[in-house]
Amino acid sequence: MNVYIDTFINGILIGLIYGLAAMGLALIWGVLKVINLSHGAFITLGMFLSYLIFKYFHIPPYISVFFTLIIGFILGFLAYFISLHKIVSHAKNFKEYELSSLLSTFSLSLIITGFLLFIFATTPMAINLPLSLFETKLLASFFSIIFTIALTLFLYKTYMGKAIRAVSQNIDAAKLMGVNTTLILAISFAIGISLAMAAGNLIAMVFPFSTLSGILYELKSFVICVLGGLGNPVGTIVGGIILGLLENFFGLFVNQGLVPFIEFTILILLLIFKPNGLFGGSK
Amino acid sequence: MKKNLFSLLLALGIIFYFILTPMILNSPILRESSFTTLMYIALAISLNILMGFTGYVSFGHVVFFGIGGYITFALLYYYKISLFLALILAGIFAALIAALLGSVVLNLRGAYFAIATIGINEAIKSLVNNLEFLGGAEGLFFNMKIYKSYGGPQNALWLSFYLLGIITIVVLIISYLIKHSKFGLGLFAIREDEDAASTLGVNTKLFKTIAFMISAFFPAVVGGIFFFKNGSIDPGSAFSLTKSVEMIFMVMLGGIGTILGPVLGAITYDKIKETLLVSEAFKNLHLTISGIILLLIVLFVPEGIIGFLRRKIKVLKNILD
Amino acid sequence: MPSILKVENLSKKFGGLLALNNVSFEVKEKEILGIIGPNGAGKSTLFKCITSIYKPSSGKVYFKEFDVTNYPTYKKVKMGMAITHQIVKPLKELSVLENVMVGACYGKANLSIKEAREKALEVLDFVGLYDKKDLEAGKLNVPQKKRLEMARALASDPELIFLDEVLAGLNPAEVSKMLDVILKIREKGITILMIEHLMHAIMKVSDRIIVLDHGQKIAEGPPQKVAKNEKVIEAYLGDPKLALKLLKEK
Repeated sequence: MNVYIDTFINGILIGLIYGLAAMGLALIWGVLKVINLSHGAFITLGMFLSYLIFKYFHIPPYISVFFTLIIGFILGFLAYFISLHKIVSHAKNFKEYELSSLLSTFSLSLIITGFLLFIFATTPMAINLPLSLFETKLLASFFSIIFTIALTLFLYKTYMGKAIRAVSQNIDAAKLMGVNTTLILAISFAIGISLAMAAGNLIAMVFPFSTLSGILYELKSFVICVLGGLGNPVGTIVGGIILGLLENFFGLFVNQGLVPFIEFTILILLLIFKPNGLFGGSK
Repeated sequence: MKKNLFSLLLALGIIFYFILTPMILNSPILRESSFTTLMYIALAISLNILMGFTGYVSFGHVVFFGIGGYITFALLYYYKISLFLALILAGIFAALIAALLGSVVLNLRGAYFAIATIGINEAIKSLVNNLEFLGGAEGLFFNMKIYKSYGGPQNALWLSFYLLGIITIVVLIISYLIKHSKFGLGLFAIREDEDAASTLGVNTKLFKTIAFMISAFFPAVVGGIFFFKNGSIDPGSAFSLTKSVEMIFMVMLGGIGTILGPVLGAITYDKIKETLLVSEAFKNLHLTISGIILLLIVLFVPEGIIGFLRRKIKVLKNILD
Repeated sequence: MPSILKVENLSKKFGGLLALNNVSFEVKEKEILGIIGPNGAGKSTLFKCITSIYKPSSGKVYFKEFDVTNYPTYKKVKMGMAITHQIVKPLKELSVLENVMVGACYGKANLSIKEAREKALEVLDFVGLYDKKDLEAGKLNVPQKKRLEMARALASDPELIFLDEVLAGLNPAEVSKMLDVILKIREKGITILMIEHLMHAIMKVSDRIIVLDHGQKIAEGPPQKVAKNEKVIEAYLGDPKLALKLLKEK
């Protein structure tokens, strides 16, 4: 019986961390209608930033995360204007917009990953805090909940947040209402990247990582977004928890290696039968 | 539409150049580099049939390359059947898988289709990772003896090369025939507006599925040849997401939906990659530089080499395709 | 005259909204049947249910005596229906010629690509788009796009053609040109089912008219009689004076 309780708690904690990792992807997907293929690369970037700050300044990830949030926001803001702005303003139709944005964010990911590989190769890294694995998981989960609450309050209570939601629902109408849509899109992308890097920063204190770790979280984030829908951060966290529980409970009964197979099968089934998320309306 | 014969002939000429030079000079080094180029060309043309003609961008298309590789490898490894038979079986099997998957994922449009194809690739990769008889994560290795029936390793390498050359020519010609056929017109109608296509009488579901099957068949055969030549296969190299995106990149670079485009795209991409990998300055940063080039193309020449030439040089407008 | 299309008790629900309520009617061979009604009366929904773009909630559709209710759209087109869209749907990056060729290849005509080219050129000439044949369809203006819709439909050699507000947004000169085309289509022996907002125009060309209101058929008959129908005047025209004026114009 104890095994099940352990599995359950572990599933929730891991799920919260996964949810945290997916939050930025969900925001960008929901607002810009862009599936950000550089998401994983920015998560990795956050991990290495966390590592370097810890190594050279001895500042632990749970403090440096605030610094990473700011760096992420700046990088994300720049990245929007470098890779997406032209596509947003010039695409002839939605189909072209979708394809171009997938490719441009993928090229961002190549640029970042290539740079990290150049410096760090694929050596596994870890941040050794005087904390147990359980404690670091707890800490990261705590941040996950804080971020969820903060992002929800921001989106629903502030002017900027409301503008972001307006743009995500109907960009043309928002434009007519006098919203500076370019700025809103850039800020949304920046927040999304900032969250991705912050997630990386925190995950780095829980699990060992390498330059190629981000892609794993990116793929899980796809599953989570499809599970939880794109509407709000709470959905994302719930999606994360479902995935965390699924992984841990499947792990009890089947070979751990088959878990990704089950995950992606769920992803495909969801896309087909519930494209608006588990809690969204049906197709 | 006869005017576009020029592009076909040019593309054929380019492919023959890559087949014949290593052959005439009898150079294994040239053969190896030509092998890679031809493989890229064949993969890009295959993907273009789905992505360029039908408008469905598969981000996980490498899955068929991997499936074909594994089927060929396993058939040779366990049953010692002939390579040719194994390749054909691999192609057919991949096409059947595409029909099965297509019947569900081809209902998804745009980015959702893209994500689903990534999901399929990851799911199958993870499955293969756990199948003991396919060697799990380590994969399978040929015993050198297997090449004996093909006249030893050296001959087997040449054989693989020629087979790849033939497949590249076949896929090019098929892509040309499709583009100028009634079937192709139906595909282009789907690409432009699927709902309009069905109100004009196109059986969209069937057509999309057939296009998906054709564009799955050839990568599977190419995968079979590649891993036969390679002598080993593992999930990481068979189902590499990077290779998938490389395929999209080559199609975009050359000119989406055209005949000559994927050929030019593949060659250019191959050259860029080669240059970056051998240059001292860029060797270690080649991924970053590839990223920058890809970004520049997506932002500034989204219509690809062919589109760019057609736009800039009036004479070429009606000739290049 | 035998009927080419028979609609029996067709209904369509969107969630709780009954967009189409038990509509029945027949279309006789070679006639022009007009469908009118105020905005939101369910006219386009009716077309879409007949052509399987929407799945009807209940009811039957017979085409040439066959029960085709559950046939997919493309199959109905192959049998001889041809569909135009109220909101034009050109295949933007294909040429005007290629657009029409799609109709000729995949409609009832079912031509080979070579024959389709001939047919398409002929039809383009008929609707007056011949000199635009090599232009990208997305670059046509709205009246031209409407004519392209017609051309694609005609190229399929249809027996029954659905015209969904092909006159909307055209100026008077273009309207009269389009009406000529419509009458010429009838001369070819093609049955026409048309939705139109322009009362004057539809009164002029229709043999019979059906009036829809709130998803229900409220009147059916020759234009003159329908326009005098009290229910129609009340529901559709709202203003009896306007109705009388329209009648006088006629």
